[in-house]
Formats: sequence, C-alpha cells, structure tokens
Amino acid sequence: MNDALTNFLLWSGNMVLALVISPLLIGIINKTKAFFAGRQGPRLLQLYYDLAKLLKRSSVYSRSTSAVFRIAPCCVLAASCMMLLLLPAACVKSPFNFIGDMILFVYLAGIGRMLTVLAAMETASAFEGMGSSRECQFAILAEGVLLAVLAALVMLTREFSLSGCLVTLKLNAWLSGGTSLLFLAVAFYLVMLCENCRVPVDDPETHLELTMIHEAMILDNSGPDLALIHYAAALKLWVFLSFLASLILPDLGNWMVWEFVIYYALIFLLTISIGVVESVMARYRFRKVPQFLAGALAVALLAIVLAAVFGGNWTK
Amino acid sequence: MEFLRLKNGGSAALKDIPQLNFDHFREVLKELVLEKNHRVSAFFVEENILYAVLIDSRERCFEVCSTVVGSSYPALTPHIAALHWFEREIYEQSGIEPVGHPWLKPIRFEKSALPGVTDYFTMQGGAAHEVAVGPVHAGVIEPGHFRFQCMGEDVYFLEIELGYQHRGVEKMLVNSPDTLRTHLVETAAGDSSTAYAWAYDLTMNALSSAPRAELTERAQILRSLALELERIANHVGDIGALAGDVAFLTSSAYCGRIRGDFLNMTALLCGNRFGRNYITADGVAYDLPNNKLPFLRDWFERSVADFKNAWQLMADDPGVLDRLENTGVVPRELAQVIGAVGVAGRASNLDMDVRRDLGNFGVYDRLVWHVPVKKSCDALARAKVRRGELRESIRMVRALFTLLESCGVNSVKSTEWNGRLKPETLAVSAIEGWRGEVVCAGISRKDGTLQRMKLIDPSFHNWFALALALRGEQISNFPICNKSFNLSYCGHDL
Repeated sequence: MNDALTNFLLWSGNMVLALVISPLLIGIINKTKAFFAGRQGPRLLQLYYDLAKLLKRSSVYSRSTSAVFRIAPCCVLAASCMMLLLLPAACVKSPFNFIGDMILFVYLAGIGRMLTVLAAMETASAFEGMGSSRECQFAILAEGVLLAVLAALVMLTREFSLSGCLVTLKLNAWLSGGTSLLFLAVAFYLVMLCENCRVPVDDPETHLELTMIHEAMILDNSGPDLALIHYAAALKLWVFLSFLASLILPDLGNWMVWEFVIYYALIFLLTISIGVVESVMARYRFRKVPQFLAGALAVALLAIVLAAVFGGNWTK
Repeated sequence: MEFLRLKNGGSAALKDIPQLNFDHFREVLKELVLEKNHRVSAFFVEENILYAVLIDSRERCFEVCSTVVGSSYPALTPHIAALHWFEREIYEQSGIEPVGHPWLKPIRFEKSALPGVTDYFTMQGGAAHEVAVGPVHAGVIEPGHFRFQCMGEDVYFLEIELGYQHRGVEKMLVNSPDTLRTHLVETAAGDSSTAYAWAYDLTMNALSSAPRAELTERAQILRSLALELERIANHVGDIGALAGDVAFLTSSAYCGRIRGDFLNMTALLCGNRFGRNYITADGVAYDLPNNKLPFLRDWFERSVADFKNAWQLMADDPGVLDRLENTGVVPRELAQVIGAVGVAGRASNLDMDVRRDLGNFGVYDRLVWHVPVKKSCDALARAKVRRGELRESIRMVRALFTLLESCGVNSVKSTEWNGRLKPETLAVSAIEGWRGEVVCAGISRKDGTLQRMKLIDPSFHNWFALALALRGEQISNFPICNKSFNLSYCGHDL
C-alpha cells in the first residue's frame, strides 16, 4: 500500500469514528458534571437513546413556518459534516483541503447558525426571537476570535489550508514559540465554549426559556428534526475539539500510532475539561459575554503579535 | 378612640371595634402607615364594613379600625400604595368599587370563566416588544402569567397575572366542618403548612366560646421546632434553586438533597414531610420522646454541616456573586411604600419579623436571636437574608432541643378549643412563616358559626415587589429575580 492510500484510509476511518462517537461526548460532559454534583447522572449513551427515540417520532410544524423551517435541521447537520471534512485527523491531512479552506470553515459555522436563526424567526415566538438575537450578537464576536486564531496559525505555519496549518506544526514549535501557541489554544477553547453553547455563555441544562440562547431557538423543533439538530450540535462539538486537539498536538514524525492515541486522548480530556468548567463555574450574565469574547480576542491578538515579533517558520 | 389594639391571637367583639367615618378612617390610616410606618396586614370588607388591620411592632400588637362603605368609596391606594392589591381584591370579591384606583383589575379572576383574559399594560413603538410567559411553565412549578414590555433585552415593565390556582379556600373554610378546615388551611400554601395551621389555630382559639387551657410548654416547644424546621428546609431549597438558576451545579445539587433531609426530620417529628396534621386544637399530634432526641440531633448537625459546605462553595464563587449582585434591586423606600414583608422586606432593609414584633406564640420570647436585615436590596441580599435566617434558625433549633430535654412536662395535649364561637367577634393572628408573616383573621356570626376567614399569605404583599424588581432589569435575569423572591402562587390565589 502506498502512503496516500494509507493516509486516506486513516482519515476516512477517523471521519466515520467522529460520526459514530460524537454523541458520546455529550454523555461524557454530563457524567463529569454528575460526578461533581455527587449524582449518578444520565447514562453515557443517553444521547443515542434520545436520538433513537426522536427518530421514531414524527415532527410537528407550526402553521406560521415555511420550507426554511423544514430544511434547516438538515442544512445545519450538512454544515457540521462539511466542517468535519476540512479537518485533518491527527497528523493526516484532509484529502479535501485547499488553499483558503479555513475561510470556508468559518462560514460553514456561519451558515449553520444562519439557518437555525432563520428557522427560529419563522416560528414567530418571542422566546425564539430573543434566542436568535442573542445568538447573532455573540456570534459576531465569536467569529472575530475564530478568524484571529486562524490568522495567527497562518502566520506561524505559512500554510494556507486548515489541514496544513494544523498538522505541520513541529514539536519544535512548542519549544520555541510555546507562549504563542498556548494563547491560541486558550482563545480557541473560549470560543469553543461559546460556539457550542456551553457554560459560562449558555446553559444547556436550563429549562428557563428567558435565559436560553441555543435551546430557545429550537423550542419548536420536534421528532427527527430535533434529533438532527442535537446530532449536528454533538458533531460540531467534535469538530471544535478535534481542531483544538490537532492544534495542541505537534507533528511527531514517524510515531504515527502515538499521534493518533494522543489525539483521541486529548479530545476526551478536553471533553472532560468542559464538564469540569461547567461544574465549577456559574454562568455569566449576558452583558458580560461580550467582555468574555473580547478577552478571547485579546488573547488571540496577543498570539498574533508574539508570532509577528518572534516570527520564524515553526514548521521545521 | 381611633383604633383598637389586639395582641397576637387576640379577639374583640365587633361592636368594640372603632367605626370611624370614612375621612377620619383615611386620615388615621395615612398617619399610621405613612408616618408611623405600621404595616398593613389585612384590609377587607365584610357586610359593608371595611376593616383595616395593621401591625404596630413597637407596642407589639395589631391595630384594628373600621368604616362603613356603600357600593363604592374613594380609593385609598393613591394615598397608601400598600393597599393597591387589597383594594383590587375587595373590588373583585365584593363588587364594592374603590373609585380612583389606578389599575382596578381582578387579581384572581374569581368571577370570570377564563383567567388571565383581560387588558394588559402595553408599550408602543418600533423596537418595543412583548414577551408573554406562562401560565404553563417549562419546569414543574405553579401556573402564573407574566407579561414583559421590553426594548431588546431590557424590561421596562412586567405585569403579573395570577389566579390560575384559585380554589375558593376562604369560602370553603366558612362552609366546611371543623375537621376539614385544618386540612384546607394547611394546603392554602402547602410549603407553609405549619405556619398556616398555627395561625388558624390561634385565630380559632381566640374566637372560640371556650378557649383551650394554656398550651403545655412541651407543645409550644414542638410547634416552634416544626416551624423552624419548615423554615430551614425551604430556605435551603431556595438557596439551591438560586444556584441552579445561575448554572452553579454543585450547590444546587447538594442543597436539593439537604432540603430533603430537613423535610425528613419534620417527618420524624410528625409522620409528614410537610408537617401536615401536626398542629392540633389541643397542642400537637405527637410527642417527640427524649430518647429520640440524640438521633435527631446528630442527623440535624450532619445536615447543617453539609449545608454550610454547599453555601460556602457558592458564596466563595465570584461568578455566582456577580450574577446575584445588583440583580433585581427593590430599594428600601419602594419596598416600604408597597408594603413588602418577610424575606423580601428584610432584604430591602426593612426590619420586621412577627416572631419578635408580635410574639405571643411558641417559645420565641424565651429564645435569643436577631433578625437578619440586608442593605443592598438585590437578589444577593435575598440570598443572604435566607442564609442569615438559617443561621439563626439553626441556633434556635439547638436551643429547642435543649429546652425539650430539660422540659419537665411530659404531655403535649391540653384541652381543645370549642368549635362554637363567641358571637360577632373578630380575631386575628400572625405567624412568621419562612416566606414572611402569614396572617389569619376570622369573624364569627351572631349564632356562633364562622362568617369569614381571611388568610393573607406574605406573597400577597410581595408579588408586586417582584414586578418592580424587574424594571430596568435584563429579561434574562427574571428567573433569578423570581427565584430570589420565591413567592407562592397558591397562597396568593387561595
């Protein structure tokens, strides 16, 4: 077998694995939270059961909604899947990578969000309107942070594709420019919490419509539609965790097996860390969320400055 | 004489209650409420006589006066805002119109087929929008309808419509046999069963033509113990619920469990987690044998230690403090004007507690404690008042355990009060429940039967304070404000 084929198989295997085990991440977060609260908590596989249950049901549609409301869940899931296609698996570049695909990555997240918001607005519910408004307000800021992180990555690696940026960082980069990388990872972690509607920005547990962001927008979705949305959200979480894991993980050269092991270990550790954050932190009031994201932006910009000042090519 | 003074759980013949002409009545009320800061505890009409019952905490007594009204009278609300809700109630219940009342809407929709179908305050303009929440909510909570007038995330006005739980408790009380009444009273607001049962018991005892012999010391101690356990359980639950609303998971989960422990201690006392059927006409239903005390004490101390831990986690977290600080502020002046009571009142720097201000029930006169009052008037103040009250109640319970041990009396029963009442008499009593003062006023007929039983839950005074707390607040902070007040829907709707 030649290298290209091996790499393609490895990458495809990772892709399939992501599609299968992403709902498990939600289970891990909930188990972590249950541990901190001294509870049994829902089963690890609870989301799978929920998805199976929802898929068996039929969807209910409001009379005020149009086709947009019906196609939105599919499109959101498609957007999440396409984001996954652009990502490398550990040290293996995505076969679909091209120069500038990182811009597509950002806007795929944007498309998913736009369709959720449009569908929410169609229901003409006060809660969903408020949820949409909040989502857009915070997304504007989160998108900026994401772009800043990508810009810094391009500066550091001189690569213009997402896969290129994420896999070409050598161990040397952590030794010579660790600060900059660390800042990038922190900024990305914060924006991940926001993009995936986790505490302290949003509270996935709450039943209080007035305080919801993402949950408020999907109040009118039911049955298979809701299953698609939940699944897309789990997949999006995988996408962001995988991005962060690849960012942290340097290229280890010939130790490819270890690279994959560390990559998956990192994804699960980061998942647990989200659970820990949610257990020990209270949620911010909405007025503080822009400050939180501005803080993330500042950290990302600092990484850019450090990269510019101390420069050099870190891919060697 | 302008008004009659009654001690807590006292009674007076109707003919002895001063009946003033209306202008005089208004001036007397204005002087007492606005100048002397006596708070309104009941204000109601019975057979075209308007009764006002105030609390004078300096003299430790109620003040009662009355006036005759026809089919309408000039509203007092424009002068005394604390009467705002009472006058709406009077108009709804008796049809007597307080002319000039600024917002004369029904409060419980007793007479309309559909509750909540009415005119609402609305705001016009491009960016103004209205958010309606309830009456069916996403959690397992009681029904109530909330309408917010918003600009973006900012709330300009919140209107609260209740009445979905109106069962006609006051009417049922009058028409029921004695045996059923205790149950009705205990379920008026099920989380305050002990307070309600005790207030009702004091009022009926005062009305009775043959009151019971003095309660035994042991019965008084046990009643106080039940009341304090009720307070502890509910405050712990409320603090946990507040933690849940700011997504602070750990304290929320711990407090939920610890609340259960305190409820179970009540169950150990009387067989029911909510203290139902414990307070009886002759004392309390069951004694707590001294040999069970060490077990209860040990359990109590363990739960208290757990709670302190759960509270400390929360109180040390800057994120939690940031969410609660300056959220839902009801300034002292405002709280005073609208007549806020209980936890909400104390959190707005109003020093009140009928255990101290009126006394004359339980063994509180023999205990030493202070009333926690906070100056910051926000959700954090309401949480801290609860914490302070817990601290005091915990000390009280310990003292009560010691009192029980040293109490020489073994009986918890004295004689029962007689269900035959003194003719044409008014009796009134107040018990400091965990939410605030629960007031029970009764009037008897000429033939010695009950004519009117008026129950006033602290929530009745405080719902409007919640509406005011939301002015200028972010709409996303409503759940925190609501939880920090944690008012009773069924206690209001009766």
